[in-house]
Amino acid sequence: MKKKALIPLGLFVVLVVFLAIGLTRDPHEVPSPLIGKAAPDFSAPRLHAPDQRFGAQQMLGKVWLLNVWASWCVACRQEHPILMEFAKTKTVPIIGLDYKDEAAEGLKWLARHGDPYDLSVTDRDGRIGINYGVYGVPETFLIDKAGVIRYKQIGPVTQEALKDKILPLIRELNK
Amino acid sequence: MKLWLIIGWLVLCASGSWAAEAPALADDPVVEQRLIAISEELRCLVCQNESLAGSRADLAEDLRREIRGLIKANKTDQEIMEFMVSRYGDFVRYRPPVKPVTWLLWFGPLLLLIGAVIVLVRMVRASGRDATAPPLDAAQREKAQRLLKEADPS
Repeated sequence: MKKKALIPLGLFVVLVVFLAIGLTRDPHEVPSPLIGKAAPDFSAPRLHAPDQRFGAQQMLGKVWLLNVWASWCVACRQEHPILMEFAKTKTVPIIGLDYKDEAAEGLKWLARHGDPYDLSVTDRDGRIGINYGVYGVPETFLIDKAGVIRYKQIGPVTQEALKDKILPLIRELNK
Repeated sequence: MKLWLIIGWLVLCASGSWAAEAPALADDPVVEQRLIAISEELRCLVCQNESLAGSRADLAEDLRREIRGLIKANKTDQEIMEFMVSRYGDFVRYRPPVKPVTWLLWFGPLLLLIGAVIVLVRMVRASGRDATAPPLDAAQREKAQRLLKEADPS
């Protein structure tokens, strides 16, 4: 009889464990199927020089970050100081993708908050974003020398993500 | 009078909003029909409990535009699904494919049902055993009668 009385308690504990794990996970973080796949190529006008085009192909042979940002994006302001600091270390080139933004607004935003990017390209209609599976800005992709996406940060780059995930991976990829 | 004015104004507003949505439908009813059928199977990634067909999120509008383009390029439904899944993963599908990582999702409820049936059968059997417990012998019966009489105040 005593053993039987413990069954509901056991079930309850199992339920609590499942719910507790559920609480630690963010349903907005959808794992990207693009990790381990070739970064989709693009050719887009540069933000600072719209008559010149730039493509992912030009970064082959380098480990680099593609950071998707926009002047209308509030969370981008949160990661911006971290990117500014990171850019100063010159660890890897950072390419910005100004997603669904007016070029003038994007330029104004960079002038006000600082420009951590080696260069930015514009994605006015969001097509490059769709090819990269972008569904919330900011997003950041770490791409290796062979042009393969190795890591995706959904949402702002945090100090922890940089230190614990991105930097160790960059070191490994640069070997 | 005032009420009628308000009603009239509301009717105007309503017809105005219909007028705004009409062009997209009139564009090509066959394409729109297919777009709706496909996008109802897809999840909007911004508001995850809405289908792509019903969402007003910016990204949903862009994705509908892309799907519309694919339909016009004579892509099959299969190819359009492939387009979405290769970018956003199986999560965009409301009906994820059956494969090892989704087995628990598809067959978990069945497992729970089987478990519940087993427990139920066991409980029924156990209570059945109680019913066939040996009847009281003469001494126990007498004791029971005595207790019953003691309890009865009349």
